[in-house]
Amino acid sequence: MAQMMYREAVVSTIAEEMERDPNVVMLGEDIVGGMGTAGGPEAIGGIWSTSVGLFDKFGKERMIDTPISESAIIGAASGLALAGKRPIAELMFADFIGVCLDQIWNQMAKFRYMFGGKTRCPAVLRLVYGAGYNAAAQHSQSVHQILTGMPGLKVVMPSSPADVKGLLRTAIRDDDPVVFLEHKALYGMKGDVPDDPNFTIPFGHARLTRAGEDVTIVSSGLLLGFCEAVADKLAQEGIGCDVIDLRTTSPLDEEAILDSIEVTGRLVVVDEAPPRCGLAADICALAAAKAFSSLKAPPQAVTPPHTPIPFARELESAYLPSTDKIEAAVRKVLGWR
Amino acid sequence: MQLSREALLGAYRRMKVVREFEERLHVEIQTGEIAGFTHLYCGQEAVAVGVCDHLDREDKIISTHRGHGHCLAKGCDVVDMMKEIWGSREGLCKGKGGSMHIADVDVGMLGANGIVGAGAPIAVGAAISAKIDGKGKVSIAFSGDGACNQGTTFEAMNLAVVTQAPCIFVFENNHYSEHTGVDYAVGTANDIASRAEAFGMKVWRADGTDFFAVYETMREVLDHVRAGNGPAAVEFDTERFFGHFEGDPQRYRGKGEVDRIRETRDCLKNFRASVTSAKLLTDEDLDTLDAEVLAEIENAVQAARAAERPTADDVLADVYIAY
Repeated sequence: MAQMMYREAVVSTIAEEMERDPNVVMLGEDIVGGMGTAGGPEAIGGIWSTSVGLFDKFGKERMIDTPISESAIIGAASGLALAGKRPIAELMFADFIGVCLDQIWNQMAKFRYMFGGKTRCPAVLRLVYGAGYNAAAQHSQSVHQILTGMPGLKVVMPSSPADVKGLLRTAIRDDDPVVFLEHKALYGMKGDVPDDPNFTIPFGHARLTRAGEDVTIVSSGLLLGFCEAVADKLAQEGIGCDVIDLRTTSPLDEEAILDSIEVTGRLVVVDEAPPRCGLAADICALAAAKAFSSLKAPPQAVTPPHTPIPFARELESAYLPSTDKIEAAVRKVLGWR
Repeated sequence: MQLSREALLGAYRRMKVVREFEERLHVEIQTGEIAGFTHLYCGQEAVAVGVCDHLDREDKIISTHRGHGHCLAKGCDVVDMMKEIWGSREGLCKGKGGSMHIADVDVGMLGANGIVGAGAPIAVGAAISAKIDGKGKVSIAFSGDGACNQGTTFEAMNLAVVTQAPCIFVFENNHYSEHTGVDYAVGTANDIASRAEAFGMKVWRADGTDFFAVYETMREVLDHVRAGNGPAAVEFDTERFFGHFEGDPQRYRGKGEVDRIRETRDCLKNFRASVTSAKLLTDEDLDTLDAEVLAEIENAVQAARAAERPTADDVLADVYIAY
């Protein structure tokens, strides 16, 4: 086991996989940084420092610094993948998918199906998402609800350095397009990471991070830690919470959610995406459709309000689900009738 | 003229296959037997064949919604293509793609595309891959005069120049973006190549209805690109015999326009005239090929009609996350 930060887990996993498989290449804006400037290449190493050192190791053929051209980046990733490479494409901010949605949604996500299964498209899109940086409405969004709704994409949301390591390795080795969502507020998080160079985490397997028999809390990403804090606090009162980290929203581990609800009879879903037609609503609907007889209370969704993300510190704090809001939702399902 | 008799016969045959494949589709579509949208390439055969005749399986192409000609020229199987357009589970894409989304990576055909302008960035990615592999292979982005107005095309051209990827942007100017004339829709009317020039690429221009002009131009373009000079572009002035889609009444076209271009700008007619007048081939040679191609197309249609239909169980085949 090594202690490393979430960000370090990203860069070390990419380095190891590029070392292991010469077909793995990376492309994106400023992933090298400094190209064509007096400072020279590798002056940046990714604006989130998630590709530091990779240019020196792998050179410009495999570390492709691109112009600011999101459609071209994602399209080129598809073309690289169709031609036999395993590209990792980075978008600095997940919000930018609006610029290149066609290339994600109509192109790479559909090739395998549309082309009769003869074509695979082993591309990884690394997108940096989430609020908490006062980066406001165009640089703070959680886009997994949009991407999860698109058939043909696998959507991954690691919440710890170990999960980054195991899930990113799985993503790079996967033969289909994977969207790998890194929460910008988790980059500094430290944790133990297995040293085994073949440590992988399969997609579609949620992780139970706290165990209890009274309430099921489902979450992912940054907010998972909020849920764990609430569970730890309530445990002191003798209230037991199952906290489920989804890890991947597509595929979704329905079984883990339903098994837990069968025991607890109560569900709280905590998600950073907007409430309408989103992941929280989806999981509440799953409970209603497949665990109705187990439910002792209506499922509760804790999400931001249906609004663009505000800038000011006070406003962003009010926007994001807080431990108080999560605790209130848990108490609400506990106190039903 | 440097082409051998075999090469000439082969080129004519491939153009004729595309022509008859589409003329037959045009007839069959009237019966309602074929579902969905079909966009015919008739008239532009010299471009697809004149470009692809220089390529092998390792070279990649990416096509457009008007893609049958590119697919056939790159080596997609005629019967499998026909079955796909008929929606059979025996089709090239198991009936999942249809006319607009045919692909066959085994022959380097990375897909027709239902989204105008979507192909160019994908072609650049394939070209970057070819550059990494270092075997002198190229990637071709076929685009129409419509796609040349999409931002994706601009982004792709710039990325290709920045990465010095061996990508060739082949612009087929057939004078219509769907139902709108190029004089209106393209700011640099009738000079699409100058756009590529502005991105720093060497460009060529040629008559796309003249097979020999296309073939010779592409030889130069490919020599340039395969030598490691980065991307290039070429604009072919060509003609579209049918409407934007099958069923398009073409009220936007001038009176007698189609008859006129079929008379004077038909690449197959012109090919025949030039090879027979130069005594390279005889009318009998070509008539024999015509009969063979017609039989081949008839066979493909019969095979498509008889082919197995997909069932509801096939809906979820090749979906890798099922709920």
